[in-house]
Amino acid sequence: MKESSHFVHKYLRSSKRFPHIWCAGCGIGIFMQALIRVIDKIGYSKDEVVLVSGIGCSSRLPVYVDFNTLHATHGRALTFATGVKLANPRLKVITIMGDGDAASIGGNHLIHAARRNVEIVSFVINNQVYGMTGGQSSPTTPYGLKTTSAPYGNLEAPFDISRLVEAAGAVFVGRTTVYHTPQLERLIEKSLKKDGFSMVEVLAQCVTYSGRWMGLASPVEMMAWQRDNAITVEKAAEMNETELAGKVVIGVLVDRERPIYDKEYGKLAREKLKV
Amino acid sequence: MKSRKQSQVLLQGNEACVRGAIAAGCRFYAGYPITPATEIMEYMARQLPEAGGVCIQMEDEIASMGAIIGASLAGSKSMTATSGPGFSLMQEHIGYACMAEVPCVVVDVMRAGPSTGLPTQAAQGDVMQARWGTHGDHSIIVLAPSSVYEFYELTIQAFNLAERYRTPTILLADEIVGHMREGVSLPPQGELEIENRPRPTVPPEWHVPYGDPGTGVPPMPAFGEGYRYHVTGLHHDVRGYPTTRPDEVQALMRRLFSKISNDFERLQWCDSYFTEDAEMTVIAYGCVARAGLQAVKEARQKGLKVGLVKLKILWPFMRRTITGITESSRVILVPEMNVGQISREVKRVNQGSCEIATLNKIDGTAITPGEILSKIEEVYR
Repeated sequence: MKESSHFVHKYLRSSKRFPHIWCAGCGIGIFMQALIRVIDKIGYSKDEVVLVSGIGCSSRLPVYVDFNTLHATHGRALTFATGVKLANPRLKVITIMGDGDAASIGGNHLIHAARRNVEIVSFVINNQVYGMTGGQSSPTTPYGLKTTSAPYGNLEAPFDISRLVEAAGAVFVGRTTVYHTPQLERLIEKSLKKDGFSMVEVLAQCVTYSGRWMGLASPVEMMAWQRDNAITVEKAAEMNETELAGKVVIGVLVDRERPIYDKEYGKLAREKLKV
Repeated sequence: MKSRKQSQVLLQGNEACVRGAIAAGCRFYAGYPITPATEIMEYMARQLPEAGGVCIQMEDEIASMGAIIGASLAGSKSMTATSGPGFSLMQEHIGYACMAEVPCVVVDVMRAGPSTGLPTQAAQGDVMQARWGTHGDHSIIVLAPSSVYEFYELTIQAFNLAERYRTPTILLADEIVGHMREGVSLPPQGELEIENRPRPTVPPEWHVPYGDPGTGVPPMPAFGEGYRYHVTGLHHDVRGYPTTRPDEVQALMRRLFSKISNDFERLQWCDSYFTEDAEMTVIAYGCVARAGLQAVKEARQKGLKVGLVKLKILWPFMRRTITGITESSRVILVPEMNVGQISREVKRVNQGSCEIATLNKIDGTAITPGEILSKIEEVYR
């Protein structure tokens, strides 16, 4: 246990005053440790990693870790990341966004980043709510749920972020929850090693808001919900739509090859420069 | 002298902008099609790969502006270009670049607005938007070219100022200057003065990302060079970390203003014509300055002592230069293709020294020399 905490400290910014801004029981910290573990395991140098985030609870993550960190604007992390990657393709560019960030205000950037296939690894921490602003409906809030902006129940259907990004052309799409930490680490590792645009959707609990709206009073209850409602891709293949209603399909959803923008541009530039 | 110059080339204003950008060291361009600025992206798409740079068409202007900020942080001089509607979309990220001190150049080839407006006819309606378009108190530098050569020259200067002060710099061209073609002689690359952002001279562990080295402009490393630091649009302390402490917020805001305001004297860029004995002065910028010069020449032929001051920098407003003009002239005429965005500033600086006349046109057509001459004759006493 002692060893584990020391290991993470190697990647935390000692100069930044803790504690972090996340509520007790929040799922974002579990993701943060998983990300650090995988980066350490693969052995990237701190200097080559760039973490880009938008605005929201999960987007505060980069400030705590000792990489090149860019806390951008709401919904636009992928646009900043695209510039960073194309200006210096040697950098390992990772974006961290929330569900409102990536799928609502930044939805257009998300689908175009997937379509364009610039090599960016993106993580969407989906807690089904706008946490930082006080529990409003997000594009992944379940139909009918009461929130502060839908006091009589949410009238909108939620996005399936993973299927959206798959349809837009991402070469790697994975989904899991913060309860399934070994799988979370496997998916982070696969996405980091994949060439091209990859996205991993991470279902995480917001105890303060979505938990309260769902009638799940504690982080333990929320994570138990994740455990009980997650279905692996393999098992889901044998189930029909009715059986899958309300379930979360986890695992590798897409793994394919397509031309990668930055590599294609590099080829073009080398031809033009005749090098 | 002439042999040292390159031979004359016929260039469109928008092409001259691209030539200037690449000469200044621009190696990243992100944009979105919009008339009358599209030629800049099209020309960049052809030229940048050969210059070892990257040109990308983004999904919108918000994304274009985000991409150039990211590229600049990774070490590339970067630029985007647009017109009114796209310029509106870029405003949030222009504020981000002000706050996070990311050098970049934004070209707005103005067309008539508001909204979709008049695609595509000229106007000068974005002067105040260029100054105050993004929310919150901030400094901004805005340059306005009036010819193809000036578009080239001021693009280089826009990069120099962006790099020197680590701030977004806006090039406010107009449809006429962007689309006109003129023969120009571009100077050889070796004769250009190119400035680059200040770089850290200390090892990473000593570097203070948002400290004041005395100039108000902190040295800027690129991502990946070992100086791992945090970039945010939140108010931040000298280390770049978010803060709400009033003393730290105040220090940041004061430094962001003073790094440019301390240099106001260096930012008085204008060209004066026939002003030595002028009793009346026409103050103009962009395409209107061209008509203004012709009108002043014709007024001189009629014996009227009229001069022209062409503003090349609109913001920060050249208070010292304009104050001098108000003190030496009996009357000032400010012709503009808007309802009076710069004349309002001239009136603010004037303090009652002289009479200020205006000539405003917002029908999408250019102000002609004849119109300015008539106004000169009307108000000249």
